[in-house]
Amino acid sequence: MLSYQEADQKPTHLLNKGIKSGIPIAIGYVPIALTFGLIAKTTGLNLADTVGMSLFVYAGAAQFMALQMLAAGTTGVEIVLATFIINIRHFLMTASLSERLHEKSLLKRAFVAYGITDETFSVASLQKGEIKALYMAGLLLMAYGSWVVFSGLGFLIGAALPEVLKSSMSIALYAMFIGLIVPSLKKQRKVIALFSIAAVLSALFSLWLSSGWSIVLATVISCVGVEAMIYRKSKSVVGEKHHE
Amino acid sequence: MSNILWIIIGMGVVTYLPRLLPMVVLKSKIIPPFVQAVLTNVPYAVLGALIIPSVFIIHTGSLLHITVNDFLFGLIGGGVAFITAFLEWNITWVVLSSIAVLVVYHLFV
Repeated sequence: MLSYQEADQKPTHLLNKGIKSGIPIAIGYVPIALTFGLIAKTTGLNLADTVGMSLFVYAGAAQFMALQMLAAGTTGVEIVLATFIINIRHFLMTASLSERLHEKSLLKRAFVAYGITDETFSVASLQKGEIKALYMAGLLLMAYGSWVVFSGLGFLIGAALPEVLKSSMSIALYAMFIGLIVPSLKKQRKVIALFSIAAVLSALFSLWLSSGWSIVLATVISCVGVEAMIYRKSKSVVGEKHHE
Repeated sequence: MSNILWIIIGMGVVTYLPRLLPMVVLKSKIIPPFVQAVLTNVPYAVLGALIIPSVFIIHTGSLLHITVNDFLFGLIGGGVAFITAFLEWNITWVVLSSIAVLVVYHLFV
């Protein structure tokens, strides 16, 4: 008989767990990918370019921006540079996830890295325990699959989804983010601090900066700031004890 | 090869690099404890930055052009998600109930 923990580590179990956690991401990507496909078509891309961009870039915000820039006649170099800047935030996310990924093989780590988006990162990070490559594969199957398939469908039948449903579905990813954070907010005051400081800063920065930069800056300042406060507090406690 | 294909390849490379580098470089465990703690904080902070202000400007895209309709849309959809998440519903149901309530809201507005 397998112990509970061993059963938990079984390959099929890990994959299934990833697939299940990926369902809300797959739902959330539907309206965005459909819209992307539709706009790509009106921008003048063909079906192969549209699906190709979702396959090889796999980054929503950057892909929308690229369409806008293509329509405006911007050069390729500028588009690539802007893509790099908007996606720098993934550096921060992968660095954080890297700490928790229990996988030694470089190939598997490189594979997991390909699937990191705002959404897959959030879902994976907020689940308990160590993260395995197979779990990430299940997550990626749902997220990547949905993104690529619905980009293509958006190109082909973009206007098919009723406007009311498409508009309402645009809440999906935010609902998922909220669904992920609320249980942690209930448990830890530190999480409340990290969350609210980053939220306020991100709103503030968004008035001047692009969303990519405001997310990165708000996150870094909140993470370092909160940790520094805790560090100083723990030091002063030790200091006081020393004086006694 | 067409110009657009080169753009896609270029975009793919610069998107993959920031995803890949930390994953292969940070493999060895020599990171100072403070940096490690900061990295553990990232998910909670990044969710704050991803949700706010974006949830209130889903259709307009900028806080400078925020409209009452867009604000209400985010408030209702986000509010339903908050309540159902607070009750510890499964996340898929949190998402589906937000969408359902907004569909009903659309029918009345």
